[in-house]
Amino acid sequence: MLGPVVAGLWGTLLPAFGHLPAAGITGPSLDPFRDLFDWAGLPRAMVLSVSTGLIATAASLLIVMLITAGWSGTRPFRLLERLLSPLLSVPHAAAAFGLAFLIAPSGWLSRLVSPGLTGWDRPPDLLIVQDTWGLTMTAGLIVKEVPFLLLITLAALGQADARRSVAISQALGYGRLTGWLKTVFPRVYAQIRPPIYVVLAYSMSVVDVAVILGPNTPPPLSVQIVKWMSDPDLAMRLEGAAGALLQLLLVIGALVFWRLGEMAARVIGQRWIIAGRRGRFDAVTAQIALGFGTACALAVLLGVVVLTIWSFAGYWGFPDALPDQLTWRNWMRHGPGTMEALGETALIAGIVALAALILTIGCLEAEYRYGLHISQRGIWLLYLPLLIPQTAFLPGLQTLLLGIGADVGRGPVMAAHLVFVLPYVFLSLADPFRAWDARMGTIAAALRASPNGVLWRVRLPMLLRPILTALAVGLAVSVGQYLPTLLIGGGRVATLTTEAVALASGGDRRAIGVYGLMQTGAALVPFALALLVPALVWRNRRGLRHG
Amino acid sequence: MDKGLSLRHVTISKGGAPLLSVHHDIGPGEVLTVMGPSGVGKSTLLAFITGTLAPDFQATGEVCLDGHDITHAPPHQRRVGILFQDDLLFPHLSVGANLAFGLQPGGTTTERKAKIAEALDEVGLSGFETRDPATLSGGQKARVALMRMLLSEPCGLLLDEPFSRLDAALRAQVRDMVFDRARARELPVLMVTHDAEDARAAGGVIVTLGD
Repeated sequence: MLGPVVAGLWGTLLPAFGHLPAAGITGPSLDPFRDLFDWAGLPRAMVLSVSTGLIATAASLLIVMLITAGWSGTRPFRLLERLLSPLLSVPHAAAAFGLAFLIAPSGWLSRLVSPGLTGWDRPPDLLIVQDTWGLTMTAGLIVKEVPFLLLITLAALGQADARRSVAISQALGYGRLTGWLKTVFPRVYAQIRPPIYVVLAYSMSVVDVAVILGPNTPPPLSVQIVKWMSDPDLAMRLEGAAGALLQLLLVIGALVFWRLGEMAARVIGQRWIIAGRRGRFDAVTAQIALGFGTACALAVLLGVVVLTIWSFAGYWGFPDALPDQLTWRNWMRHGPGTMEALGETALIAGIVALAALILTIGCLEAEYRYGLHISQRGIWLLYLPLLIPQTAFLPGLQTLLLGIGADVGRGPVMAAHLVFVLPYVFLSLADPFRAWDARMGTIAAALRASPNGVLWRVRLPMLLRPILTALAVGLAVSVGQYLPTLLIGGGRVATLTTEAVALASGGDRRAIGVYGLMQTGAALVPFALALLVPALVWRNRRGLRHG
Repeated sequence: MDKGLSLRHVTISKGGAPLLSVHHDIGPGEVLTVMGPSGVGKSTLLAFITGTLAPDFQATGEVCLDGHDITHAPPHQRRVGILFQDDLLFPHLSVGANLAFGLQPGGTTTERKAKIAEALDEVGLSGFETRDPATLSGGQKARVALMRMLLSEPCGLLLDEPFSRLDAALRAQVRDMVFDRARARELPVLMVTHDAEDARAAGGVIVTLGD
């Protein structure tokens, strides 16, 4: 999986130093960087990239840690856990549109309280969505990263023996939240570090959310890179490549900065532990954290609701809380277009997710049969494609593909999706696959089942639910991919995501509602099936109900 | 060709440090009991015999079953049956399908069904074919696991603390059932346990490890 990443970086490096034979330009030269630094928007674009990434990551981490510390094992926490799968499967673009429709001056929230509370009978002139400082964009990232980090944290909690540690700290007089932070957090954090770095790298270089919620003048660096790369003038690619390289350096710098922050937090944390304070503000802190967590969940869920309403809306004047009439007209108008995009999306996602699943099962089964162990270093290798910003190597990959005359289109798009889908499928299936009781395999072999017989007749059926969940994760990741589809597809592969994001500048809320809802459905339905199918197939098998 | 299970100069070590050594012949219908505290490597010995030894262990010596050297045979061709302390019935299969998994291939569907019904009948579980294993009691599960193993027609039997999860009343009953079946089929039995009563009831040679 490193091949395309390395090739892509190489393909970025050459044009960044003025070498692009396809456009008749040969280097090396520093002109692309000179052009880049001449761009007046650069300082703001860089600041936006860094501030969005750091704030989104820190805020979502803080929310998730405080919620888990204050509430794990309680009823509100279990409710949040149950909401996790649907929250996770809503694609970033759809969640961003939903958030925009909620909090814009003419959004649903403002409609609900107007004119009653505010006295507004027309939308106030406020720049909320696409604000200059990228705060809405940061919020859009936080609402999606919170469920992701919560999922990762839950997986790590299983191995941290959290319950007993908290019980002991409580017996020593610590508050629940303080006790958790002082005893469980260090262990959990050590395990969730790779995905946190992924969140940081992703938030700094995201394109689709930035196009929808981010500022325009100037846009964040990643969006500008894509603009340069899509310019008909091939020479602009040089500047784009230089920008991509700068983006990579920014991400590396931010990761180093984060690592330094970890070290500082370690020192401060140790002092805090030794000081022995029992936690006076636990209750308040926990309440605030739960409030933020609930807000994140509601932002995504209500966002989907408001997308749904817009997709059926007839005339919907400003202060009205609901449209005058509901109609099928929007769906009739955009139906054929969405069906075509849905077909493309499903074809790509289906093949990619299935390929990723087969590769994953093959790896894990080989690990089991030959007694191999994947080291911590191997785990980092798995995360590497997710740590390198997409904007840094996808443009290069595209340039390379064009350079060797390879046709851009569906096949290369699938290959590019696989790079991002495989790690998630692997991470989703690895734990349940390894947790399977190997004595079952011994028994089956003793009953004279061959290794393949054990796999097909015992292991895979027993693991049906995690396997389908991993497949659903793969589908959802592929459905949500924007940049690989856009760049590697050369603008000719139209999925629900590329179509939906393309609507962002037009502001046709009804069309966005239809496409956003279809996109959400394409990601959500597989998750529902992954729950439903095993429940039906194994309805008479109590031993598999929680497995 | 000598019947039975022979362990010839078997030594298992981990990282160069020897864990255990066994050299013993178990004749048909005989029981060898290996005792010792937990962590001494009793289950490792069984893993060596079933061919599922973890790669961080090294083993030397030979295992022969009915005159065949099975030391390097793949696990599924060794014809060694094993029972663990947990029943380990396949949770996705019905009781009948669990037994059918064990039953050697061949015969018509009707014949196979008859054999399974007969096996269930033998342990007092007639008509349990369609039941979900998760709904069975501990003693019932142990009996299904025993019959599943016997239907695969093993040539030797390994027992890994097989009765320690059962309560006292059931324990003697299931234990007698296992040993009776093994004797009736003239199977060599290797049992590892830390329970002295199990060892006495087995009535064979007792080897104690880890002294």
